[in-house]
Amino acid sequence: MAEYQLPETLRYTREDEWLRPAEDGSAVVGITDYAQQQLGDVVFVELPEPGAVLQQGEACGAIESVKTVAELFAPVSGEVARCNQELAQRPEAVNEDCYGGGWILAMVPSQPAELDGLLDAAAYAQHIADRE
Amino acid sequence: MLRRAGCSSLDELFQCIPPPLRRAGALNLPEAGSEQEVLARLEALAARNENAAAMDCFLGAGCYAHFLPSAVDALVSRAEFTTSYTPYQAEISQGTLQAVFEWQTMLCGLTGLEVANASLYDGASATAEAALMALRITRRRKVVASAGLHPHTLQVLRTYLRALGAELRVLPAAADGRTAAPADLCDDTACLVVQQPGFLGVVEEIAPLAQAAHAAGALCIATHSEALALALLRAPGALGADIACGEAQSFGVPMSFGGPHLGFLAARREFLRQMPGRLVGQTEDSTGKRGFVLTLATREQHIRRERATSNVCTNQGLCLLMATIYLSLLGRRGLAELARLNLAKAEFAKSLVRRTPGLSLPLSAPTFNEFAVGVPDAAAALARARDAGCIGGLDLAPFAPQLGPALLICTTELCSRAAIERLVAALAGVQ
Amino acid sequence: MSGAPQGGAANAAGGLAYEEPLIFEQSRPGRRGAELPRCDVPEVDAAALLGENLREDLPALPELSEVEVVRHFTRLSTWNAAVDLGLYPLGSCTMKYNPKLNERVARLPGFAWAHPLSPAAEVQGLLELCFELEGFLAEISGMDCVTLQPAAGAQGELAGLMMIRAHFEQRGEPRSKVLVPDTAHGTNPASAALNGYQVQTVASGADGVLHPGALKAAMDETVAALMITNPNTLGLFEDHIAELCEIVHAQGGLVYGDGANLNALLGVARPGDMGLDVMHMNLHKTFSTPHGGGGPGAGPVAVKRVLAPYLPTPRVQRGPDGRFAWRDDAPHSIGRLHGGHGNVGMLLRAYAYILSLGAAGLRRCAEAAVLNANYLLARLRGAWHLPYDRPVMHECVLSDRALQASGVSTLDVAKRLIDHGYHPPTIYFPLTVPGALMIEPTESESLEGLDRFADTLLQIAEEARRDPALLHGAPHRTRHRRLDETRAARKPVLRWTPQEESA
Repeated sequence: MAEYQLPETLRYTREDEWLRPAEDGSAVVGITDYAQQQLGDVVFVELPEPGAVLQQGEACGAIESVKTVAELFAPVSGEVARCNQELAQRPEAVNEDCYGGGWILAMVPSQPAELDGLLDAAAYAQHIADRE
Repeated sequence: MLRRAGCSSLDELFQCIPPPLRRAGALNLPEAGSEQEVLARLEALAARNENAAAMDCFLGAGCYAHFLPSAVDALVSRAEFTTSYTPYQAEISQGTLQAVFEWQTMLCGLTGLEVANASLYDGASATAEAALMALRITRRRKVVASAGLHPHTLQVLRTYLRALGAELRVLPAAADGRTAAPADLCDDTACLVVQQPGFLGVVEEIAPLAQAAHAAGALCIATHSEALALALLRAPGALGADIACGEAQSFGVPMSFGGPHLGFLAARREFLRQMPGRLVGQTEDSTGKRGFVLTLATREQHIRRERATSNVCTNQGLCLLMATIYLSLLGRRGLAELARLNLAKAEFAKSLVRRTPGLSLPLSAPTFNEFAVGVPDAAAALARARDAGCIGGLDLAPFAPQLGPALLICTTELCSRAAIERLVAALAGVQ
Repeated sequence: MSGAPQGGAANAAGGLAYEEPLIFEQSRPGRRGAELPRCDVPEVDAAALLGENLREDLPALPELSEVEVVRHFTRLSTWNAAVDLGLYPLGSCTMKYNPKLNERVARLPGFAWAHPLSPAAEVQGLLELCFELEGFLAEISGMDCVTLQPAAGAQGELAGLMMIRAHFEQRGEPRSKVLVPDTAHGTNPASAALNGYQVQTVASGADGVLHPGALKAAMDETVAALMITNPNTLGLFEDHIAELCEIVHAQGGLVYGDGANLNALLGVARPGDMGLDVMHMNLHKTFSTPHGGGGPGAGPVAVKRVLAPYLPTPRVQRGPDGRFAWRDDAPHSIGRLHGGHGNVGMLLRAYAYILSLGAAGLRRCAEAAVLNANYLLARLRGAWHLPYDRPVMHECVLSDRALQASGVSTLDVAKRLIDHGYHPPTIYFPLTVPGALMIEPTESESLEGLDRFADTLLQIAEEARRDPALLHGAPHRTRHRRLDETRAARKPVLRWTPQEESA
């Protein structure tokens, strides 16, 4: 099995996204190291509109590489607070620094209980291993 | 060979087909023919069709008889172009890819827009694809189209929209033949589609139509069935059109009884990701040398499947190549002069019509190389034209009954002064 | 030289190699490649006639002499692989030889310069040809009626699904879903979506074909149609096809056939006899019309009687007097799909092909195509991983699994085939086989040609073990080395702009 960075401090989804609660009550969302390796060179990120209200699991964007496209799903319910507009110019940030400069959007969760249902790093690592 | 393939007989090759599904008898088809015999059969069929090579052709209406420089057919006949396929493997398809990139560039220049695709089936389906694109961009459900669209384009548009349950409203033409800007576009209108020049040959006023569309939050789509007009008329992009599309058969593609022709589509750059069809982009190889590849393929069916921008796979590659070669031969001055020559022929024909008793020009708007002519009896006029060696135009009765008995007449550079004089005399019944 | 192939076909990059800039970069003001006839009518004042609508600038086209244009495109042509240069084993594309006779007949003035709006009485030859071709295709497919309008296979799918949709609407029971096997071409789900259908994927079995159990589980009365490709994209005959059709029909649904792989069945078996209700045929695949660097194709659709009322209009009809006419009076028709009568220039090539081969010749086509694919499979067994090692129809699928230990991928193999003078097969499709190489040799290849190709694939498998870097860097012998698709997609440059403008 290949090596993936999976920071302990993040929460994960089975759709290969991560979520990091921020101090202001919002939560930053991106895709995992596993996801960016699977996709290969990211060439375009389709972002939702800030202000959009999403249900958990709702499709809200897409990450495209040259030959494939992965849908982006809302990891929890809530409103989109802001998006990483830099990705329009530098989509490669998702490959270079998927947990930092390659973040995708921030949302304000409306159902905090949903956060508890997300995976921790160990559970997500197991999820990847099961798939491979 | 059979043994090596693990079979003892040709029949055994098909053992995976359940026996009841295998066909015992031969198909009910003609016996095989030699090349000589098949050619003779096809020549006999070809001889029974009136055509623009044998007669003076004044029939346009979406399919135009233009002169075809010899170099076009000589070059597209090269097997490296004819017998290759979609350039999936860029390193051994640079010929096709570079030609498509050149076409995209030429089309952007002609339409005044920023991105163009690598062709669609024909002008009618390109118009439908443009309308679907507008539905996606605006997330609205209604298409408003001018009655000046080619009737077949309008029909194809209707067919595509009906499948999606989207609504189509047709704007009537004003008395002079042009489309008046509607003041009542509802907020569910995705686009306003206008044809330039219109089916009856009239030059439309695009700018006010684009303004009306934009005021309602809709897009303006300018479609074309005579692409040569792009060389004479102000570019649709410069007049506010968001998408320009249509048929480019006029650029060096034979008439071929209506196909294969060349659908085109160009748009503002902001709509790039909603475009249907193939796109070729510039890049570099691993040594830094410029080259071209199919790009932004994630829009397409083979990757996005049911969420693709279109189901289009095959395009009209060889027709696109004909057009690219044709436009290269004519060049910027040549194409503009050709368009003026077409205009002059039509104005000459109109001047003859004006002074011929029994004939009239029912529409007052300016025209390019095609115009409506009122006649006492359309069928009789066309029969006389045929006797005079002319394919005399289109009987407008099924398409524009409001004009009364009328023909749609087209004059390209192929129509000599003498032929025009002969036609007008025949239409009027003057010996 | 490390990149030199050890055997195989002719060199991919032999002879003279030209650099050739974009045509715009060669433009010189005042040059032209075509002279216009003199104006024999009075000149006109375009500005007075057209006013504001007159274009002020000249169209942005290049200016070159005829010889410059001819050299430009002739040079470009030399950078293309093509069927006339060698084996082009692109799976599911049926890159068979395109007889030259077809090109000759398409250029007869009575075809090439006929007008689609000429009155039917004046174009009887073309109407007769269309009428006869419809009959040929109905006979070959085992269906009742044919429309020639769709300009390509994908438009044929669209037409077929529109007819299915119209059929259910007419019966007052609109349905919402279309079933598509996981081996299907992407056009299938895309065409379904253009009809507003939800697409549900059905998994094929471990043996690569669709099983009645899986279909039964997905089938209900909300399903309008099953879309199926037979033989499927693994080159396997869907041997449960009759039962699959029965399952769909039992719930009132219809079965759509993607005819991309019809070449395997010509004269041997007919989709109509298997229970299919509607199918398209790709004339540029099965019936030898040239692929033209990506088109034009032609995608006639054949239907059973149940769908005949919905066929696109107009339809060609033979009257009692033997004369042909266009008929437009079909109240339930889905309407028109093409501005003309379809890609007639392609239709008449297919017509010439069918006349050339006749019934026996078409069957020999299928036999040779299937024999060639099975022969290749037998030659490659052992050295290459065969995900479905069983008799195939007209194409076979390999994977890169056996090469993974050396880090060599399907893409590397494809690019290395180029060095050996071959167009690569279809790669990474079908999606159900990771690292797929889908090979369709067609009937056009001789035993010697197949042996050379098999030898090359065996040699590449050996090269992968011995010298993986050689494959990673391929192609070595082409004018361009591997092209950067990521760069093209991240910062799309889709047209040429003059230096001063882009600076």
